[in-house]
Amino acid sequence: MATIAETRPLVELSNVRHFYGKGHGQMLVLDDVDLTLNENEIVGLLGRSGSGKSTLLRSIAGLLRPSEGDVRFVLGEDGNTPSVSMVFQTFALFPWLTFLQNVELGLEAQRVPAEQRRTRALAAIDLIGLDGFENAYPKELSGGMRQRVGLARALVVDPSLLLMDEPFSALDVLTAETLRTDLLDLWCEGRMPIKSILIVTHNIEEAVLMCDRILVFSSNPGRVAAEIKVDLPQPRDRLDPAFRALVDDIYARMTARAAPEPARDGLFPGTGIAMVLPDVSTDALSGLIEEVDAAPFDGRASMADLADELQLEVDELFPMAETLQLLRLADLSSGDFTLTPPARRYAIADVDQRTAIFAQALLAHVPLAQHIRRILDERPGHTAPARRFRDELEDHMSPDYAAETLRTVTHWGRYAEIFAYDEGADQFSLDDPS
Amino acid sequence: MTEMTPIARGVRPFSRMLRLTAPNRADAIAFVLLAGLAMLVFRGAEGIAEPLSRLQIEPVTLDPLYLPYYALRTTLRMFAALLASLVFTLVVATLAARSRRAGQIIVPALDILQSVPILGFLTFTVTFFMGLFPGRILGVELAAVFAIFTSQAWNMAFSFYQSLRSVPSDLDEVSRSFGLSPVRRFLRLDLPFATPALVWNMMMSMSGGWFFVVASEAITVGNTTVTLPGIGSWLALAITQKDFVAIGWAVGAMAAVILLYDQLVFRPIVAWADKFRFEQTASAERPRSWAYDLVRRTRLLSLLFAPIIGLGRLLLILDPGGGHRRATKERPASRISELAWQALLAAAVIFAAWTIIGFVMRTLNWGDALAVLGLACLTMIRVLVLIALASLIWVPIGVWIGLRPKWAERLQPVAQFLAAFPANVLFPFAVILIVQWKLSPDVWLSPLMILGTQWYILFNVIAGASAIPTDLREAAGMFGVRGWQWWRQVALPGIFPYYVTGALTASGGSWNASIVAEAVSWGDQKLHASGLGAYIADATTAGDYPRVALGVAAMSLFVIAFNRLLWRPLYAFAERRLRLA
Repeated sequence: MATIAETRPLVELSNVRHFYGKGHGQMLVLDDVDLTLNENEIVGLLGRSGSGKSTLLRSIAGLLRPSEGDVRFVLGEDGNTPSVSMVFQTFALFPWLTFLQNVELGLEAQRVPAEQRRTRALAAIDLIGLDGFENAYPKELSGGMRQRVGLARALVVDPSLLLMDEPFSALDVLTAETLRTDLLDLWCEGRMPIKSILIVTHNIEEAVLMCDRILVFSSNPGRVAAEIKVDLPQPRDRLDPAFRALVDDIYARMTARAAPEPARDGLFPGTGIAMVLPDVSTDALSGLIEEVDAAPFDGRASMADLADELQLEVDELFPMAETLQLLRLADLSSGDFTLTPPARRYAIADVDQRTAIFAQALLAHVPLAQHIRRILDERPGHTAPARRFRDELEDHMSPDYAAETLRTVTHWGRYAEIFAYDEGADQFSLDDPS
Repeated sequence: MTEMTPIARGVRPFSRMLRLTAPNRADAIAFVLLAGLAMLVFRGAEGIAEPLSRLQIEPVTLDPLYLPYYALRTTLRMFAALLASLVFTLVVATLAARSRRAGQIIVPALDILQSVPILGFLTFTVTFFMGLFPGRILGVELAAVFAIFTSQAWNMAFSFYQSLRSVPSDLDEVSRSFGLSPVRRFLRLDLPFATPALVWNMMMSMSGGWFFVVASEAITVGNTTVTLPGIGSWLALAITQKDFVAIGWAVGAMAAVILLYDQLVFRPIVAWADKFRFEQTASAERPRSWAYDLVRRTRLLSLLFAPIIGLGRLLLILDPGGGHRRATKERPASRISELAWQALLAAAVIFAAWTIIGFVMRTLNWGDALAVLGLACLTMIRVLVLIALASLIWVPIGVWIGLRPKWAERLQPVAQFLAAFPANVLFPFAVILIVQWKLSPDVWLSPLMILGTQWYILFNVIAGASAIPTDLREAAGMFGVRGWQWWRQVALPGIFPYYVTGALTASGGSWNASIVAEAVSWGDQKLHASGLGAYIADATTAGDYPRVALGVAAMSLFVIAFNRLLWRPLYAFAERRLRLA
């Protein structure tokens, strides 16, 4: 918001880097993040899964300490260190405490006397509009109400900075919209004690709707790829052309990164067989190809329209689109998603032809699939234990990623009928039980 | 919800307790029940402080008038042990979960202790406790309580530890982000989260405990036998006197006691613990208990619980605080202290092994060890055959019951009751039959091992069969799947994870039961099957400590190997392939 009030910094992060895991297979999740949060602003962290947004949020919350770098709180005018509190995606309510007890939890931890605790909790409950439910247990409440409790619990301790970790993503569309609007109303009317909000989201529209500033994170490792100021006045209208233009612009920025680098290696972390493959089902890929091939898109769609049409959030749509790009079945640039000729053929092909097209793409562009197939071809019995490939992958990535990558390539390979896998024996083979 | 608001608005629960209201009818009933319970506790506890000679003046008699008193003493022992197990669990499991080093020792130790034959230790502990309080009944009482404790504590502690390690990460983050102090965190998060699993394990422990209380009340130390007043001693006396009617009385008393504590203690606790179950949606059916409903309806009763609530409050007031607000970097323990720790552990292990080998080798040689291994194999064959037989019988019956909700609802509690019933009370009947028909003890004593533990298979199979989703059963019906194909593809895979749980418990219990089942007596007639159980039992009676140690070690080894090599892989397979999500 364009206010004349000077912007005082609240939290300053400098050179924050964070690793998960130790030794071999260590993953860099945050790389050299510099970030200042000011008073009187809502800042959005936007990015896909694995871009380290949640890690960054937890570093600020004090829940984890980044491997390198500083998180510094700037003393306020009153000489106090700014305090933070957090709203969780899963609500994180204690099922054995009543709504009221859940709200009082933070005050209890601060040893606030009981009477005062009660007064403050009731004030917070009043603020978020949940009077009358004080003695209900969380399991009696709907998802939206539970998240309101989560919000009241975070607000009651008078934090300077409110951290929100995908607060609306576990709610249905209508409920999420209501909660967003209510939160924005409270913020704009200045009725909450907080000075600033930091919100992590997968939803680009949500970010544009709520934030004054959006930081777009690239993934693997997480870096601030772009910073976007949103100057639209509140309340914002999703149908406003300026709003749409901004959403399209963000999609463009999120797809832009892949362009200057060779498409094959730039998309997912790692190169060659060590590339981490996302867990995307072949049915979802087929569905996406068919959707874009058909009218009104006719082979070319903007990511924003696609997300709208398919009701997908960034962390769902992007892995699919990027997988298709990896397989050279689609091209992704400046916010547009374009099917390549093989993909157009795929869309109208029958089952056997589809398998053939997919198999060709897989063997040509996914090194791990190539590698497994080659080993199977070379071996006399045409079988190979999966353990062998898992070990090979674990030399380059964490065991979790290795397992997921192998699961994904198994799924793709089975669909393409380039190899078979027996779960009981945990081995790959060439013969297909068909 | 009309009544809630004024309470929520500023009136604190404690003042609500003190607000005197007219007692209602439920108050009266509950008050009488509680006063009765308190009376019983005092009456039962009176006997404990007496000198040991008192037992000679007032020996256990087979007069039915005394039976309620004996049952009371036995029950009190059980609950004393349960309380001790609870305290042990809270302290040790918390320590194991909080400190990495403590965990390194405690966790595997608990895992092993869970599968060790407790009866074998009786000899060692009695001597120790009698030495603590020479000439007083208290010493023997403590020994008995300790014996029961050793049968109850391990699985409780293990379950509590596992709960502490699996606290949901979002709740953990909330607690940390609000800077909850360790005490507060324990009371607000860890304890409530672990409660449902702990309560379930307490019930299992209690069932297991009955078996040992019967065996541990009539204690022989060297050549003196102390019989504590209780059902176990009554039973021992009835067996030596060949009093058939008295055994019938004991069975009846046991059944009554189990029924009573189930209704008055465990049902209410289970109903109460339901609110701690970690799920965000209200479950369809909640466990119900009339006693719990009664207690909840009363107003005076909350006064009685004030001490417990007060204890919690006191803990919070005395709470030193010190919840870490901000995360600190995990400081890797310095290499030297880590090395020193490992060296200390290694030294302790070597010393312990040295002591044990020295102790056993002084009197025993490799021949003994081989003989014991042979006996262990005999017992192992028994266990395997019996589990197989019990499975053949109970799996079809369990599936049949489980698929009929009406029957399952009625028979499930019966199966659980039978599992809780100490089977050794029934042994004399079997002995009479074997003597009567002149059967071979080597074969016919064996079924006694599984008499009490087969029910675990039954009630787990019932639970598994009722959990098979209706749509799967409907699909099977639509496609005309029946006969062997139905068993192979629908029923057996559906119940398998449950069956493994039941069979694991049954097999562990059977090993343990072999100590009392392979050597039984009726008056002066002694029946003896050759096996590891009988070996331990004989060595215990003879006071031959090295042989007891050898036998116990061998049995522990077999049980652990059984668990690791057979049950765990099966369980892992079931979890991976057959769990219906």
